Amino acid sequence: MDAEKAISDALIKAIRRLPDKASELIHEAAVNESHPSGRLVLEAIEKNIKISRETGLPLCQDTGMFWCLASIGRDSRVPLSRVEDAIINGAGKAAVDGFYRKSIVADPVYSRGNTGTNLPPVIVYESIPGSDIILHFLLKGFGSENCSGVRMLNPTAGEDGVIAAVVDIIREAGGKPCPPEFIGVGIGGTMDRAAVLSKKAFFHPSDKELADRILKKVNELGIGPGGLGGHYTALSVSVIEEPTHIAGLPVAVTVNCWAERMAEIVFKEGEI
Amino acid sequence: MRRVLELPYDDKDLLPIEPGDEVVLSGILYVGRDQVHKRLYDSIMGNEALPFDFNGNAIYYMGPSPAPDGFVLGAAGPTTSMRMDPFAPLLADHGLKVIVGKGPRKRPVVEAIGRNGGLYLQAYGGCGALYSSCIKTAEVIAYPELGPEALLKLTISDFPVFCMIDSRGHEYSR
Repeated sequence: MDAEKAISDALIKAIRRLPDKASELIHEAAVNESHPSGRLVLEAIEKNIKISRETGLPLCQDTGMFWCLASIGRDSRVPLSRVEDAIINGAGKAAVDGFYRKSIVADPVYSRGNTGTNLPPVIVYESIPGSDIILHFLLKGFGSENCSGVRMLNPTAGEDGVIAAVVDIIREAGGKPCPPEFIGVGIGGTMDRAAVLSKKAFFHPSDKELADRILKKVNELGIGPGGLGGHYTALSVSVIEEPTHIAGLPVAVTVNCWAERMAEIVFKEGEI
Repeated sequence: MRRVLELPYDDKDLLPIEPGDEVVLSGILYVGRDQVHKRLYDSIMGNEALPFDFNGNAIYYMGPSPAPDGFVLGAAGPTTSMRMDPFAPLLADHGLKVIVGKGPRKRPVVEAIGRNGGLYLQAYGGCGALYSSCIKTAEVIAYPELGPEALLKLTISDFPVFCMIDSRGHEYSR
């Protein structure tokens, strides 16, 4: 299999077609939202999804920063250089062939010069059992990413503290991240590990009960679609938990806009 | 209530529009975001010429994706307005007082729009394909070196927005 092409094809599709589950949740919200302004926003979103499908235009002009979780089977014999090249070249090819906006600057503080390639991607490597190589991409728009955050809670904060921290971050975000949102929550580890987990959560959620409780509380905020009011501030919450230190309880939140753009590419042994 | 606004506008056209109104825009719309705002602000502070006439014209906070063959622009939805808040009051005081963006504004922007009798209109976030379909022509009129952030002049038709701040400085409340 041509790994670069497989990656590029998946990423070209990802900025045009939402995962079925995301489309279903948006439609369910459009049918059930009772706030008239919130309903207007959901109608516009559904119209946008339809126009994108008909024209092949990206759903949103912010086609995002490539974020990739590369899960490498610990028994795989593929050199890491081969995987990394495939990710970078595949993403670069998608940016050109898929009409991605050039949204990446090389120097974050001073010149802010555009790399002109939408590269580099952010890549997080992890090892997993077996010999498969699994790539999970988020196309991370920054209207929503600017609203993401980490809170270092007291170890005794408990479930109520975790829920309050997430609700606080979403309240602070208000209408900025293009609600209704998809929310990833990473709990545990260190500050940076919790942040990574808050993105991994979209692909490997581990605590549905806590996720449902957070979703209920977030949707009591009344921010609503587009921030114009209504029930649907968020469509889904995904939570993942890992061990942490006796003195801490890190909680990280990644906010994704309603345009939940992601891709999964799996390579079996020998395919890359 | 649903209203129609032709651009460029006369001040009297802005008066009936109230927070919570759906507004359908047609006509000429200028486009600029972060770097354009910084440059327009610096031009005013330096007493330099501006690249277009602010009076009667509206600005849209947007940076499009590239246009495929057969399209005027790629996806063309609004970007977050709050990043333009440090610059917007001075620009409004110099005539650029009708703004299309998304999300909340800080107090000085609300006051500047009210003081100057402008409007803040919210476009529907993330709806890049929808807004692209409302854009009939697009040309770069300044700062081409900014790439997707260049200053554009658009011709638009039936472009749907929502009034967040009216010409008296009254804000939409959920």
